[in-house]
Amino acid sequence: MATSLEVRGVSLRFGGVRALTDVSFAIREGELFSIIGPNGAGKTSIVNCISGRYKPTEGQLFYKDRDITGLTPNARASLGIGRTFQNLALFHHMSVLDNIMVGRHHLLKNNFLTGSLYWLTGARKEELEHRRKVEEIIDFLDLQSVRKATAGTLSYGLRKRVELARAMALEPRLILLDEPMAGMNFEEKEDMARYIVDLNEEFGMTVVMIEHDMGVVMDISHRVMVLDFGKKIADGDPATVLADPHVKRAYLGEEDEVLVDPDDAPAAQESAA
Amino acid sequence: MAGPALIPAGDFRTTYAADTTIFPTTTSRNFAIAGVALLCLAPQFFSGYWLSILIQIGIFSIAALGLNILVGFTGQISIGHAAFFLLGAFTSAYISNSAPIPVFFAIPLAGLVTALVGLVFGIPAARLKGLYLVIATLAAQYILLDFFSRAEWFSGGSVPASAEPFSIFGYTLRGDRQYFYVVLAYVLASYILVTNLMRTRDGRALVAIRDHYLSAEIMGINLTKYRTLSFGLAAFFAGIAGALYAHYQLVVSQEGFGIERSILFLAMIIIGGTGSIMGTLMGTAFVVLLPESMEWISLHLKGGAIDKALSLNTNITFLREIAIGVIIIAFLMFEPDGLAHRWRQIKAYWKLYPFSH
Repeated sequence: MATSLEVRGVSLRFGGVRALTDVSFAIREGELFSIIGPNGAGKTSIVNCISGRYKPTEGQLFYKDRDITGLTPNARASLGIGRTFQNLALFHHMSVLDNIMVGRHHLLKNNFLTGSLYWLTGARKEELEHRRKVEEIIDFLDLQSVRKATAGTLSYGLRKRVELARAMALEPRLILLDEPMAGMNFEEKEDMARYIVDLNEEFGMTVVMIEHDMGVVMDISHRVMVLDFGKKIADGDPATVLADPHVKRAYLGEEDEVLVDPDDAPAAQESAA
Repeated sequence: MAGPALIPAGDFRTTYAADTTIFPTTTSRNFAIAGVALLCLAPQFFSGYWLSILIQIGIFSIAALGLNILVGFTGQISIGHAAFFLLGAFTSAYISNSAPIPVFFAIPLAGLVTALVGLVFGIPAARLKGLYLVIATLAAQYILLDFFSRAEWFSGGSVPASAEPFSIFGYTLRGDRQYFYVVLAYVLASYILVTNLMRTRDGRALVAIRDHYLSAEIMGINLTKYRTLSFGLAAFFAGIAGALYAHYQLVVSQEGFGIERSILFLAMIIIGGTGSIMGTLMGTAFVVLLPESMEWISLHLKGGAIDKALSLNTNITFLREIAIGVIIIAFLMFEPDGLAHRWRQIKAYWKLYPFSH
């Protein structure tokens, strides 16, 4: 399969702090790729480098063989890179519908002049066509009942879902999900996992996911990369990565047999629930 | 408009078009049309004094609308709005005096010139936030005012510049009664345009920047472009309003358009409701009517029991100034979301009566 994203020797420093050191990996198109690692390992930093919020101190990023290292975040969105945030970053005073419509910014053509003249310039027609697309996303994520609600008034789980909807509205080919299940209960996690698999399989998006829930990561990812102290320590299919002694030491803990075996992980959760 | 509206039971929308109308219900639309129709009749019934108040509300509400785009919708701030208002006034007077262009065209031209100048000031301002932006716009205010006092060819320097009465193709409108319709047309056009702007792509981009600029950028919105654009739009409406004011007063002077006027514009949108289009109109009406009503109250207090008890005598005029200050502070404390919010609550009360929720 063709390469979607290639990260070549990316380092990121903030003064004396080394957030990332010489990280390289490639993500194939259509892959569900997870990044795991302990807190402060640089997982969000690498996603920020890909989405353009940080500019790497060294190294390059290629998206579909195009160097995107110097591009602004908004230019990357137009190329088809979407993302969600770890800490909710919705537009709190806008309705859910408007939040998702913002995601279609780069697909809409009307501007402040044609938009102001609404009826005369076809802006109305265009808005309505895109409203239709947004409603499809609302259907997919089951947000019908809250589409007119102000985003800031929603519960945590719903907000996470609206954020996913907003990122989907961009029609990205590569979607970056920063801890999509953090702080969710078991049922919400299950729903979210299904949505993510659907994004990957039905919508054909390449998914990069940061997640701490090892059960979910092992179940749905095609490939896993492990970061520790800003360095890549392992990368490969879930089972191989889990068996890696470095990974055990850095992240999973050596004694914890339950987490190490991928088949046991869901069972452990069920008994906990 | 913004915020969940109370839709009567049984009012189902079956098309997306029906769900994107300006007015939430047919009744509210009919009320708005009736309101405009009543305003069209206003010159027949109102005296010159009340008509001049209405014209002032109209003109200032256009400027305040521009400021609300910048402050209420984009989350930037400006305390240089009065300078752009004045720039529009001088430009329109200058264009119609020095070129054979009728005032009808001079007003939108002045708006465009002011928008260009606004864009120039917007370029550095788009990179600033919060208090730093306040100081940058303060600089804009002083730079423009200084320009007006030095450029005698443009503004007449210390002598107020004269402006032609409103004319179109040789026909001249004279007096408040006729000018009222010009202002009404501009108010309607401005409010409709901005309402449309806010329900389309670029308006949403502005609000997205206000609410969370980092994720707005990730959603593909160019922050610098839209912040600058917002400055340009704010300046455009200030310029239009200033031009309307120039041809209303028939004379333009710097007097009364210092920083205090800029702050008064801010007061209008804060009292009306930042980020609310109808609130802008309410806030402007409030700020224009407040000194008038205070004047009236103090006039009636004169010689009354309170006056005698406190022996106010000539100091009674200061009561007015104090009261304005007190009312604005009270507004900020008890109604921070502005009149627009209060209006929504009143509407909700009637719709839900006799229940409270």
